[in-house]
Amino acid sequence: MRISVGAAAGAGFFGALRVLAPGEAKAIAQTANLRWIFLVDTYKCVGCGMCVRACKLENEIPYDAPVTRTWVERYVVLKDGTLLADSPSGARDGFTNPNTMGRDVKPEEIKKAFFVPKLCNQCDKPPCVQVCPVGATYKTWDGIAMVDRKWCIGCGYCIMGCPYGVRFFHPVYNVAEKCNFCYHRIHKGLKPACEYACPFGARRIGNLKDPNDPVTKIILSERVSILKDEYGTVPVVYYLGLDEVVR
Amino acid sequence: MEQAIHAAEWTEKVLFTYPNEYIYWSIQIVMYPLLTGLVAGAFVLSSLYHVFGQKDLKDMARFALVFSFALLIAAPSPLILHLLQPQRGIYVFFTPHFTSAISAFGIVFFTYSVIVASEIWFVYRPYFVEQAKAPRREETFGSSLKRNLYRLLSLGAYDLGPAAMRQDEKAIKILAGVGIPVAAFLHGYAGFIFGSVKANALWMTPLMPVIFIMSAIVSGVALCMLTYIIIMEWKKMMAKRARRSRFAPDRATYEELKGAEIDLIRKTTRYLVLFLIIALTLELLDLVFRGYTAVKNWEILRQVIYGRDFTNIFIKQYLIGNIIPFALLLIPGLTIRRAVLALVLVIFGVFMMRYNVVIGGQSFSLTFYGFMEYKIPIIPHNYDTYKEGLLGALTTGGLPFLLFCILNRIFPSVPEVKAEERRY
Amino acid sequence: MSHVWRPVFVVLAVVAGILAARFFIVPPDFGTWETGYMYGWHKKSDENFWKDAFKVKHQGNDYCANCHPDKTTSLASAKHSILLCENCHGPAFEHPSEPPKLPAPRGREMCLRCHVKLPYPTSLRAEIPGFLDPEEHNPGMDCNMCHNPHSPNVTGPGKTKEVFRKAKYGSE
Repeated sequence: MRISVGAAAGAGFFGALRVLAPGEAKAIAQTANLRWIFLVDTYKCVGCGMCVRACKLENEIPYDAPVTRTWVERYVVLKDGTLLADSPSGARDGFTNPNTMGRDVKPEEIKKAFFVPKLCNQCDKPPCVQVCPVGATYKTWDGIAMVDRKWCIGCGYCIMGCPYGVRFFHPVYNVAEKCNFCYHRIHKGLKPACEYACPFGARRIGNLKDPNDPVTKIILSERVSILKDEYGTVPVVYYLGLDEVVR
Repeated sequence: MEQAIHAAEWTEKVLFTYPNEYIYWSIQIVMYPLLTGLVAGAFVLSSLYHVFGQKDLKDMARFALVFSFALLIAAPSPLILHLLQPQRGIYVFFTPHFTSAISAFGIVFFTYSVIVASEIWFVYRPYFVEQAKAPRREETFGSSLKRNLYRLLSLGAYDLGPAAMRQDEKAIKILAGVGIPVAAFLHGYAGFIFGSVKANALWMTPLMPVIFIMSAIVSGVALCMLTYIIIMEWKKMMAKRARRSRFAPDRATYEELKGAEIDLIRKTTRYLVLFLIIALTLELLDLVFRGYTAVKNWEILRQVIYGRDFTNIFIKQYLIGNIIPFALLLIPGLTIRRAVLALVLVIFGVFMMRYNVVIGGQSFSLTFYGFMEYKIPIIPHNYDTYKEGLLGALTTGGLPFLLFCILNRIFPSVPEVKAEERRY
Repeated sequence: MSHVWRPVFVVLAVVAGILAARFFIVPPDFGTWETGYMYGWHKKSDENFWKDAFKVKHQGNDYCANCHPDKTTSLASAKHSILLCENCHGPAFEHPSEPPKLPAPRGREMCLRCHVKLPYPTSLRAEIPGFLDPEEHNPGMDCNMCHNPHSPNVTGPGKTKEVFRKAKYGSE
């Protein structure tokens, strides 16, 4: 039923001003039986880059474009204390060269080296969502931060606001873009493309509200870390085997 | 086939950076705070007369007001050029997400436009009425268009009696007074946009809005002074050619113009120097604090501030943009030539401040282990490299002047030096 | 009424104009906030786009087994059993109608992703057999000239190393 312009406008305007009290928001989160979390095992990641390739193909990010929803970083700590780190094309083609950061690394020089997959942390308190001026990015009730491609104005504030650098401008649609845990797959009972593609089980999605979920069990019982906790973003992507050199 | 990635073209990445990091906020985002700063500064200058009764600024006040309006209309142009979906820019007015500093743009910009437009209306109402009613020898299409325009602009308020004029004066005073905090907010929110981004180590500081406002006032005052000088020089040139005749007994002589000009410039300089000191003090305070507390991000910031960006910050901004003009303006016996040099350097310094904040904040990677360099596109080869390149900056930078020329035809604001005082 | 109020009417007219435009442009389902205004304010129908309109591309090995059981069986009993068909062949999407063919990329790049030896202590990568310098092993030749990717062991079928199976499937 069409309501009068005045009522609609007034409702819209005052609706915009209403801020949900923290208690109310918490209550909604607590009654939901689905809360996505993610576990990354950096001991298992071999740097093959199959996850990045699968993500690009699944989510229609142009393969040659130098942007990606997820990527893998390599860290090589040498015996003399030097840290080398790189992520060639986001590891879209894997790591096929021991040359890191322009340095030919010999096996005997290495103290420790490993790979760290990165993706959107779907923070509980996402600074990217907070700074969107038009409400084009938002958290769903099950905890995923999404981008509304039809509403984004392309200002880039959300990209500036993310401490993890997971956001970018989509080269074709010219709006903000980021990993959304393959929302279109997880709601059909499938795994995100990166988890699906990883041959070594380094990436796993889980449901925090399901006590029988193997990922939840690990997160609640084993030693896990998160990235950049000093920003207070409360990420839900947990890491096994994170090292102090990881950025 | 290399896909055209916005910003990849002008970003040069060094060492370890995240794959998606590029300098997304480039020259247009530098221009926007520059323009809103000039808006705020020009308006504050104008209000110094209307509110605080600084009689020595009377001539400057009306000119600064109209210039502020021209800048205001031009201010959204960098944003329109920057947005990847400019046609959706209007959504900021429709669905503002008030937890975002940018959403304040809708409210603040609109409010400020209303205040400036209203103040101009009150200041120029006698002129509108006069133009609407002035008898003309023959009515051409152009002159009837002009008459109708002024009829429209006067909003039908033809009463120019003393009571009505007193009401006008009161309204002007109120608007000028209310406008000062709103102008401060217009630029302060721009500072807040940067200062509240915790993800960016250089931007995040509570001092950012204050630094922005102070340097905004500096830039606004400097630009008004500079434009005023240019106009006066032109008038002086005209006065030199023409002699005072019985057809134009009011026309000021060259000597009178010169005297008025240097007098006003010397008085306005005092305010400029004051805000220059404040702006510089705040920036140095921020720098000293960061170095002293040396938190996690200090290592990379130090390399940017004292290393890669040393010339941009210490030579171009602080030395050439602040210290040198400061000295030039304080040395006694200020001449117009010295003033012009100092003012140009001041505006350059303010531009470099915005540049060093916006680009400087994106000069280092979120990894704190890599850098990005901004290579501004000079010759564009597509729309992207035009709008975010040098030509785009010149477009948005030149637009206010173009608009001022147009607005000046409707609201003549260039100060006249006449024998009798002009009533506002 | 004094003339000083006239600009106010102009302003009100502009505001009314903006609100009217808003009524037509902003979709009616904009403004839900199950997760609060700060983090949850959005257009509800966008969720449906991501759930329904956005198509699933990778289908899974079972999808391939329907028509290519020989390939999937040989892969399952080979050293490459932890790999998926779509890892090399790309997402099946609606194959065979779209795309009609799913060729795996020839050349060495696909194989080198894992089989360049990177002996990194603490990383599972160190366990994968490979070459420190791939150019030392039959340079210029494609890997699949001697190694069948579905059963890559040259001397015959082999089982995936225990450490890789445990990584992918857990200790089952």
